[in-house]
Amino acid sequence: MRLHDIAHGRTGDKGEVSNISVIAYRAEDWPLIERDVTPERVARQLALGDNADVSIYRLPQLGALNIVLRGALKGGVTRSLALDPHGKCLAGILLEMELPPHR
Amino acid sequence: MRNVRIGAGAGFSGDRIEPAVDLAARGDLDFLVFECLAERTIALAQLARLSDPAAGYDPLLERRMRAVLPVTAKTGTKILTNMGAANPVAAARRTADIAAGLGLTGLKIAAVTGDDVLSHIDDCVLDETGAPAHRLGERLVSANAYIGVAGLVEALALGADVVICGRASDPALFLAPLVHTFGWAMDDFERLGRGTLVGHLLECGAQVTGGYFADPGIKDVPDLAHIGFPLAEVAETGNATITKLPGTGGLVSRATATEQLLYEIHDPARYLQPDVVADFSGVRLDEVGPDRVAVSGGQGHAPTGAFKVSVGYRDGWLGEGQISYAGANAVARGRLAIDVVAARLKDLAGEITEERGALIGLDSVRPTFSRNAPGEVRMRYAARCASQDAAARVAEEVESLYLCGPMGGGGVSRTVREIVAIASTLISREHVRPAVQLFEVADAPA
Repeated sequence: MRLHDIAHGRTGDKGEVSNISVIAYRAEDWPLIERDVTPERVARQLALGDNADVSIYRLPQLGALNIVLRGALKGGVTRSLALDPHGKCLAGILLEMELPPHR
Repeated sequence: MRNVRIGAGAGFSGDRIEPAVDLAARGDLDFLVFECLAERTIALAQLARLSDPAAGYDPLLERRMRAVLPVTAKTGTKILTNMGAANPVAAARRTADIAAGLGLTGLKIAAVTGDDVLSHIDDCVLDETGAPAHRLGERLVSANAYIGVAGLVEALALGADVVICGRASDPALFLAPLVHTFGWAMDDFERLGRGTLVGHLLECGAQVTGGYFADPGIKDVPDLAHIGFPLAEVAETGNATITKLPGTGGLVSRATATEQLLYEIHDPARYLQPDVVADFSGVRLDEVGPDRVAVSGGQGHAPTGAFKVSVGYRDGWLGEGQISYAGANAVARGRLAIDVVAARLKDLAGEITEERGALIGLDSVRPTFSRNAPGEVRMRYAARCASQDAAARVAEEVESLYLCGPMGGGGVSRTVREIVAIASTLISREHVRPAVQLFEVADAPA
């Protein structure tokens, strides 16, 4: 199962910091998201490297995570050489993450 | 006291104008806010002002004001906007001229200044470089503090119908009319936090009414082509309902509101603003009717005493070129094109500070390679350079692939532009002194 099957989200940016929301469609999927979307899996999915600075904030009453990636937008929107300097596409890539099978 | 009705007429400078006019005409609004200033825009506006003292405000100011003023003057809706960018006074003067031309005699237009702190930041250390701002020397272009509600509230108290500022925090544009109308105390942090929450949900315009949300088959949005802009009905407690006009496209749901709630914030419990540290961690969003979401549970705490400052500086030139390859072995030809440009630019090594080649459709956005080769790729090569000449060379090297590169490249495009970088720092609030200048529209010249 992909994260995209049970959640939606949006990317925002401030300077070099990217943040991605991950929001459960259904309350019953929230525990799964809370358990399986870890900083390590996020860093791997987005190929951020070993020293990635990933913080995850939880809003259980909304079934939502806010994932904050410090330094992820190298140079930020004003000077980055990236095609998508805002990192707006990152939410789509994160939602493609395969979740570990249920146990 | 009845609810205050606030609408969002723009979420960025290039936003659509006609949904704002519709909102002004049918929204029964007390206030209409146009949020039009991005991090980078203000530095570019400062550059424009350097070459022309009457310039430096939003390029769409004139079109927006012409479209909306005749409507708001009739309904009594007051306008707040940061379209002043680097030059709120010139923007207010221009708006007064436009209003005079439209025959809107008696309209009061205020310019709020005080965000320009360029003369106070020499010793401020920039977050991104760790060095004090004065090290940038001649390259330093601008320094604008994110001001809070003080100047905006003062302008409304003076009876302004249109309030034009430069850099204010985005939510402050929405918080100010609430503070003004309800008379909230500036140490009533719970209400200031809730007003900030309302502003945060509205500040990006259609992003809370189904814009930037559609994912076909999964998150469908009705009539996305005619999306309506949002409005909030705000109670004296600061709790609110987010909605949009009947008959417009888009949707307001718990899902659209949750995405916007978390947009561009870090710790939801500590959203740093000039007037309050807003706390969104306990927010509740409830669907209370079609396209109606009730917002409650916002909180707030005392502000930090420091204002965030955006520092603009010249940072060289960007050169970029693109070319497409299609069909058999397209990816390999695209890769070869990158290698050729990289080799050709070796002699510019001292002038190029960073460069990057990628294949659009394969690895330009996605950090890892796609396993299935696409049928076409677009090679893109970009470099940050010390000079305009070097940046032009980057673009030229891509263009020359037409005759000297791999087989079958087509559709070259090229860009060369100056980079104005933005860094952040903090300044103590005593250096930020908002001031208000009022212009009253006289009879139009015959």
